Amino acid sequence: MRLHEHQAKNVFAGAGVPIPDSALATTTEGVVDAAEEIGFPVAVKAQVHVGGRGKAGGIELVESPEEARAAADRILGMDLKGYTVETVLVEAAVEFVNELYVGITMDRDAGQPVLMVSTEGGVDIEAVAAETPEAIARVHVDPVAGLRPFQARQAVYRAGVPDDVASDVASVLSTLYELFDERDASEIEINPVMVTNDREVVAADAVMNVDDDALFRQAGLAELEAESYTNDLERTAGEYGFDYVRLDGNVGIIGNGAGLVMTTLDLVDYFGGTPANFLDIGGGAKAERVANALDVVFADDNVDSVVFNIFGGITRGDEVAEGINTALEQFEAIPKPVVVRLAGTNAEAGMEILNTDLVEVEATLEDAVERAVDNANEVSQ
Amino acid sequence: MSILVDDDTRVVVQGITGGEGKFHTEQMIDYGTNVVAGAVPGRGGQTVAGVPVYDTVERAAEAEDADASVIFVPPAFAADAIFEALDAPIDLAVAITEGVPTQDMAAVNAAVSDSETTLVGPNCPGVITPGAGKLGILPGNIFEPGNVGLVSRSGTLTYQVVSNLTDRGLGQSTAVGIGGDPIIGTSFVDAIELFEADPDTDAIVMCGEIGGEDEERAAAFIDDHVDTPVAGFIAGRTAPPGKRMGHAGAIVSGSGTGTAQSKIDALGEAGVPVGDTPAEVAAIVADF
Repeated sequence: MRLHEHQAKNVFAGAGVPIPDSALATTTEGVVDAAEEIGFPVAVKAQVHVGGRGKAGGIELVESPEEARAAADRILGMDLKGYTVETVLVEAAVEFVNELYVGITMDRDAGQPVLMVSTEGGVDIEAVAAETPEAIARVHVDPVAGLRPFQARQAVYRAGVPDDVASDVASVLSTLYELFDERDASEIEINPVMVTNDREVVAADAVMNVDDDALFRQAGLAELEAESYTNDLERTAGEYGFDYVRLDGNVGIIGNGAGLVMTTLDLVDYFGGTPANFLDIGGGAKAERVANALDVVFADDNVDSVVFNIFGGITRGDEVAEGINTALEQFEAIPKPVVVRLAGTNAEAGMEILNTDLVEVEATLEDAVERAVDNANEVSQ
Repeated sequence: MSILVDDDTRVVVQGITGGEGKFHTEQMIDYGTNVVAGAVPGRGGQTVAGVPVYDTVERAAEAEDADASVIFVPPAFAADAIFEALDAPIDLAVAITEGVPTQDMAAVNAAVSDSETTLVGPNCPGVITPGAGKLGILPGNIFEPGNVGLVSRSGTLTYQVVSNLTDRGLGQSTAVGIGGDPIIGTSFVDAIELFEADPDTDAIVMCGEIGGEDEERAAAFIDDHVDTPVAGFIAGRTAPPGKRMGHAGAIVSGSGTGTAQSKIDALGEAGVPVGDTPAEVAAIVADF
């Protein structure tokens, strides 16, 4: 789960990391009021999960109530790479002399968290990592022993952070590691950490990703999950408990098992179509869950046709067939053509149950995907 | 021959009294697996599916001479179950549980490196040696004994590829589902190394997916150390950056590392043909 910037900043500030004065707003008046309260200049920042918000026009620096009003009118409701901006963060603009980068992520190949510090903050750190990897100091942390205080200092000094703020930056890094460890983060990042004229360090941005598999023991963060969804389809799919990702194509995809669903997406592309979504119903899904999955995919206006691909291990073909029948029998006319492919456990029983007046059936993965792509092409013409 | 599992493997099931544990214990026994014990705290003395249950893995292993374990305990307790298997000690621990917190696995990872146990998983379908036994949830009926070794990060994709192989009369020596999490026990390299040393494995299929660099490392290893022909498949060509595609480990980073293309290129450079579809992978193996 990725937290919004303001959520992550709240978590950081609660642990003692300095952040600029700020307030959330959802209306133009709210933005103007907040800006006057905080004092100009302020930054108006779209709260959506999109990388490169600034470049895409989702962040604006304003110096007067008029400018604040104009920025609010423009940014609130704007479409930012497919996401509608509903909330902005109004934040005191920090005058700075240095921009640093600090981050912690799980190095999956080492099986250990790694601290990262660079004096080249404020820019795309991944470009820095690709072009000048030596500009980022990295220190691995033994997850069992935890962070030893010297390791934070080591990372900061190796990176070449100015001496007079090194101790403060190391302290921020130690705090972030505590959060990473205690809150089951998979990634924490401040880019940039701004160093002001007065040699204060301030978190001007905040990224925090929390391990979805650990939300069961992170009650405070799990509550933020509903707010962290960025569109209604993701919210609905999340409430049903599906792994769902919306894409921009027109062939809806439902399947079981991440690898097989990804493969189904890839085959849609291979046969000349474009996938509309990733939806994994998970293992052992019963009829109701199958019907819910169809609801989610039908609710996507972009979808012109649907392919249902099940290879049953612990998922049973007869349960899937019942779910498909239930979902489709409620319609007087099927909203979008559905191609079904069932294989594995109880697939034959499923084929007997399946109402073939409502769906098209194919025996192989490849044939099913190709037919769904053809259906989508016919509908969209 | 085969890898990891054979006719002599003696299995203890951790979490045998839960719904999944009981169901799959019955399935494993039906398949001919030597399930000799269960281990569940507080349930010692009970019997599940005709199998005696012990309170600890240590007792189960001692009393029934078990050398392998399969783990069905819930995510919050899975790391502890793996630690217990390491301590017993058990030679092979297969963790089926999906949803184990990554930081728990970081702690497990450190302990596994210092142990003599081979860990497979978590978040995996398990290991099957067709005709000998299976540890996990793979549907036995789609497998046939043969000479193709298969290693995969995904469960149902494994079934798809296996059915394509079996349809062509290409049986399997062993199939290993290594799991879709960011931190796992057995890697592609580990499994491929075992297949290379197995005289009855004549061809290897590796099914990878986006995220991390395990496939790239496997490609380099194959280039340097493997004579057995290898065919590949990589899922996630159409996955957008920054989105978790179901598996916790299946994510392309914002900077574009962990992409399908990077893995396909690495395998290509190592001389490993990569199929565009699962059926094509089986066709490649048939041509070896």
